Amino acid sequence: MANKILKKEQLIPGQTSKLVIDAPHIAAKAKPGNFVILRVTERGERIPLTIADTDPESGTITIVYLVLGKSTALLEQLNEGDDILDLCGPLGKATELHSGGTVICVGGGTGIAAMHHIAKGNHEAGNHVVAIIGARNKDLLLFEKELKEFCPEVLISTDDGSYGHHGLVTELLKDRLEKDDSVIEVVAVGPVPMMAAVSKTTEPFGTPTTVSLNSIMVDGVGMCGACRVTVGGETKFACVDGPEFDGHKVDFGELRQRLAAFSSLEKKSFDHHCRCKCNDNS
Amino acid sequence: MPNQPAEERARNFKEVALGYTKEMAMQEAARCLNCKKPKCVQGCPVQVPIADFIAEVAKGNIEKAYSVIKSTNSLPAICGRVCPQEIQCEGACILNAKDQPIAIGRLERYVADEYMYLDACDLISAKPECPFIDEEKKVACIGSGPSSLTVAGYLASRGCKVTIFEALHEVGGVLVYGIPEFRLPKEDVVAKEVGALKDLQVDFVTNYVGGKTFSIEDLKEQGYKAVFVGVGAGLPRFLNISGENLCGVFSANEYLTRVNLGRAYDFPNYDTPIIKGRKVTVYGGGNVAMDAARTAQRLGAETVHIVYRRTADAMPARLEELEHAVEEGIILEVLANPIEFKSDGSGNLASVTLQKMKMGEPDDSGRCRPLPIEGETYELETDLAVIAVGTRPNPVLLENEPDLKLNKWGYIEADEETNETSIPDVYAGGDIVTGAATVILAMGAGRKAAQEIARRFGIED
Ligand SMILES: Cc1cc2nc3c(=O)[nH]c(=O)nc-3n(C[C@H](O)[C@H](O)[C@H](O)COP(=O)(O)OP(=O)(O)OC[C@H]3O[C@@H](n4cnc5c(N)ncnc54)[C@H](O)[C@@H]3O)c2cc1C
Ligand SMILES: Cc1cc2nc3c(=O)[nH]c(=O)nc-3n(C[C@H](O)[C@H](O)[C@H](O)COP(=O)(O)OP(=O)(O)OC[C@H]3O[C@@H](n4cnc5c(N)ncnc54)[C@H](O)[C@@H]3O)c2cc1C
Ligand code: SF4
Ligand code: FES
Repeated sequence: MANKILKKEQLIPGQTSKLVIDAPHIAAKAKPGNFVILRVTERGERIPLTIADTDPESGTITIVYLVLGKSTALLEQLNEGDDILDLCGPLGKATELHSGGTVICVGGGTGIAAMHHIAKGNHEAGNHVVAIIGARNKDLLLFEKELKEFCPEVLISTDDGSYGHHGLVTELLKDRLEKDDSVIEVVAVGPVPMMAAVSKTTEPFGTPTTVSLNSIMVDGVGMCGACRVTVGGETKFACVDGPEFDGHKVDFGELRQRLAAFSSLEKKSFDHHCRCKCNDNS
Repeated sequence: MPNQPAEERARNFKEVALGYTKEMAMQEAARCLNCKKPKCVQGCPVQVPIADFIAEVAKGNIEKAYSVIKSTNSLPAICGRVCPQEIQCEGACILNAKDQPIAIGRLERYVADEYMYLDACDLISAKPECPFIDEEKKVACIGSGPSSLTVAGYLASRGCKVTIFEALHEVGGVLVYGIPEFRLPKEDVVAKEVGALKDLQVDFVTNYVGGKTFSIEDLKEQGYKAVFVGVGAGLPRFLNISGENLCGVFSANEYLTRVNLGRAYDFPNYDTPIIKGRKVTVYGGGNVAMDAARTAQRLGAETVHIVYRRTADAMPARLEELEHAVEEGIILEVLANPIEFKSDGSGNLASVTLQKMKMGEPDDSGRCRPLPIEGETYELETDLAVIAVGTRPNPVLLENEPDLKLNKWGYIEADEETNETSIPDVYAGGDIVTGAATVILAMGAGRKAAQEIARRFGIED
């Protein structure tokens, strides 16, 4: 069968993992900014995950995920050699790459992996890429090494000061924007509050800012409207019009509310999953 | 036709209509006048030889009746259930003048079901036994709705190698993700019809998105000699009113996809969640609105209102579905138009403001326009709103195939005679050409394209 997991690496044990998957048809087409929709079991939910990297030659794609609820927990149970039941992509619009300047790519948490592919695209488009990555502490930081391969500058911040700048990514960003007027674009991928804060930080500088929105999705091909977000007063579908949008125009408050729409049900699903698993073991 | 009692079925997802027995079918068939020039056939978009199949049913030759139907209709178990018969075959029946028309749809459904339950599929003559498949006559269908299924059935039974590419993880298009289980069983009906195509060596490739995973050009490079585009018209329309993105406001597509494709009615045994709703409001008056409302009822809503800006008799839904919905306790809130969704203060839907409407004079199209009654608005409590006011063409494939010529509404332009598009050897049909229509019209378009493909392959003249 297709979609075999060739490599699995626990980046943060029990929390974040990286999978390299055999998917030549997706690898051949995937561009920075694209995502896949996958399903792990027959009764599983369809969930979107960003394509963090591709290797068209070996026909593989890389995904990095944070174990949050039931679907990602099921994904985490798979091992090298296992197949992913359904894997559909590449979906979403590819990143619009501008050239001829400095692009600052800001990543937070698991978003760093998604940002990595966009940063790589910007590097290949000839831009000077500055990566700013942040996490709560040193152990939760991802992809520092990978980013250093093509980013001349990788700036790091941690909430607790255990590594790099003690504070927030937005502080590093602001500092940089004040000093550097070659910046043509800022890209931010991470938790909603972080993307909102980045957009707010860049606004006074008038720097074009792109965010990658992680709204709830069902089909991922523009059929259901679950992923709708308000951008500049207009309703857009994140899966087909995005997932990248102008951060200065996104209604982040609405996005946050919509992301919480199913929280109590998701908890129920997860508890049900744990109960069933415990019963299986007994 | 016997149905599950309304109180019972309003709480389960089992099929509403129970179907005829052989006696009932023969009795109904015996009412047929066997007209010399049967009008019903003209009323049927695929010209099922209705009088002939009914004559066989009257004699009790069900298998023969089946092969008569199958000669022009490849999905009779589905059409018998979902065709708007009252405006098609039955609408044209001469008995309408004095009595009830012959229940053509029910008879078709009975015959098809008999055959399916007997699993006699391979014995039926309209489907050549194990046709020789010529690997050179390669045809690709994009999308797996009824239009593509028809293309596949027609060409595979004539020896072509057909592959269907579908974006979702299940095949059937709206038949699986849109129309609910209680109207069209997925395992017993849709999966069997698809299974019959698999017997004819049709390949199904799921999780493949035209315009994303592959392009039409890629297919041509892989040796496909003809391509049929049957991607439907999936992009939901919204009302463009304030509060529409509150949690609790769904498009009918999302609501029905979660329930049908994701089997959310069996959550948490299945992982896809759904908000069930206590006071549900559904906007629209077509089949989609009926399906959403009846689904909400089955998920346990206290009240379900269908809000429609015209009167009930102007609703475009199949008559049977409207009647069933009302029997099940759905409330029709007619001559009302939503103007605002209101929040409970934390981003969740709490109520809707409705504008009272009245019917105006007929316009150029002959249809009366609904007009607002100035100043007359009222509030309805609602924690789940489902919007079923139509769809637009899905851009995913179209945006990435700039050579495909579109009409002014954004649908694919296809030749009326052959269904060929502006790209040679690329055909299109179904909702992506006509806009949201019906299963049988999508099948008719598929058949037309398939005939042309067969002709160019030299299989038919
Ligand atoms: C375009 C896109 C790209 C993404 N890329 C990544 C990625 O690279 N790595 C990663 O770890 N996560 C990514 N996500 C988020 C990921 O899809 C969710 O974490 C995942 O669906 C959670 O599923 P769950 O069942 O484990 O958790 P659940 O318990 O179902 O949900 C936990 C939280 O995840 C979010 N969520 C739930 N269901 C969905 C859904 N169907 N679609 C989107 N969000 C949902 C909600 O905010 C919810 O509160 C991406 C989301 C989008 C839209
Ligand atoms: C809820 C509901 C109830 C209905 N009830 C009735 C009824 O009672 N009677 C009736 O006659 N009609 C009914 N209809 C209408 C009928 O279902 C449609 O007219 C018919 O299904 C259209 O068929 P189609 O072949 O054009 O495509 P669809 O059935 O729309 O299928 C298209 C398929 O293509 C796939 N697709 C889309 N884009 C791509 C892509 N880029 N690549 C690959 N695959 C793609 C989609 O996922 C889908 O599976 C109903 C519709 C709905 C939504
Ligand atoms: S296919 Fe539809 S219109 Fe034609 S005979 Fe059957 S039910 Fe009637
Ligand atoms: S996820 Fe369904 S339209 Fe975007």
